[in-house]
Amino acid sequence: MSDEPKVIDARNTFCPGPLMELIAQMKQAEVGEEMELLSTDKGSAEDVPEWINKVGHEVISNEEKDGVWRIRVRKLK
Amino acid sequence: MRILIIGGGMGGTILGNNLARRLKGELKSGKAKITMLSASDQHMYQPGLLYVAVGQMTPDQLYRDQRGLLEPGIDFEVDPVEEFDLDNNRVKTKAGKTHEYDILAIATGSRIVPEAIPGLAENAEFFYTEESAVKMFKRLREFEGGKVVITVGVPHKCPMAPLEITFMLNDYFKERGIRDKVQLHYTYPIGRTHSLENVAKWATPEFERLGITYETLFNMKEVDGKNKVLKSEEGTETNYDLLIAIPAHKGMEVIEKNNLGQSGWIPTDRHRLNMEGRDDVFVLGDTTNLPISKAGSTAHFEAEAIAENIASMVKIGVPVRDYDGKVFCFIEAGKDRATYAMFNYQNPPDPKPPTKAVHWFKMAYNQLYWASARGLL
Repeated sequence: MSDEPKVIDARNTFCPGPLMELIAQMKQAEVGEEMELLSTDKGSAEDVPEWINKVGHEVISNEEKDGVWRIRVRKLK
Repeated sequence: MRILIIGGGMGGTILGNNLARRLKGELKSGKAKITMLSASDQHMYQPGLLYVAVGQMTPDQLYRDQRGLLEPGIDFEVDPVEEFDLDNNRVKTKAGKTHEYDILAIATGSRIVPEAIPGLAENAEFFYTEESAVKMFKRLREFEGGKVVITVGVPHKCPMAPLEITFMLNDYFKERGIRDKVQLHYTYPIGRTHSLENVAKWATPEFERLGITYETLFNMKEVDGKNKVLKSEEGTETNYDLLIAIPAHKGMEVIEKNNLGQSGWIPTDRHRLNMEGRDDVFVLGDTTNLPISKAGSTAHFEAEAIAENIASMVKIGVPVRDYDGKVFCFIEAGKDRATYAMFNYQNPPDPKPPTKAVHWFKMAYNQLYWASARGLL
């Protein structure tokens, strides 16, 4: 388990967008690896946890500060 | 100043030609030299593969001789790079030749990796290569009815392709008079029908109007070809009679082998477009790891920004321009209507209802592309 997760900076991007970026990165991550997604799309606060939960990974934290959502997740399988 | 461009696709070609025009005097005086190394002597108009897959174009219409597209001042060699030695500003090619540079631009592109999903390569049709697009069209011609499933890997080149092929299939089967015997079922990795919210807002009611069913939050996991079932990471599955896939992509193997970037994507500064940590190496097109569309227009606009910057580095020693994230994508909404999406890092797209005029403009662009590649458009 890493204290410094891999950061996916998807701020100010629309296509393919934050969730699609996260999906791509999760596919090449190791089981147990943590990642932190940065997004300026308020939709990420809901659609990222929705996908993470549906697939069976883990949302560690989901915080917003100054218009930037920081969503930390862990790959579980 | 020795400028070395790796890759003769859309990005590398526009960059080379734009740069050659800007540095005409410097090339003539010997102050600058531009060399391009490519894996092929042919240049393919990749967006045309979509039309090959539905019988609207033939493969021969997609190619031009690469040398003929380039400004005379560019030294072009068909000799792909195998080793990058960025610390010593040199590369080594397949033929064993070493090229030294002062400024390097990497535009090696991407490739499909259907083999990453068990069963996909053997059981799905796709259209990202000439061979597969022709094969897909032959399958379509033989298809007399049943369930057609469209499925999408991540990441993929051309973000509009999943929607475009779906709408074009709808019209293809309609034209053959068998649309009522075909169920079109679209699947997509995130929770709406397209990554761009405004595009999804347009596409979803279009699907409903045309009787196209869809399932979102669907990421391919494996294909059971024997039972004709596609399974998702999310635990769902759908049966099919004909499976059409937009496979996931990776960057080129040479990038991975040289440890320039995970999965073949090179870490790139989103505004300056230089490889992270290296001011003398630029990256463009699909090769970057930027979270923006892997599309020809992205490569085009990046190439223009990089050309301006390299030219100014030759002339005044520093780059002058930031890339603003500009992307422009046509969206075919069937065989005779289209719209478009234009956006950058700050402004989301707002696509208008499809029209015949935009479709015909896209048809014209399929020919105008060759002027674009020459850096004239």
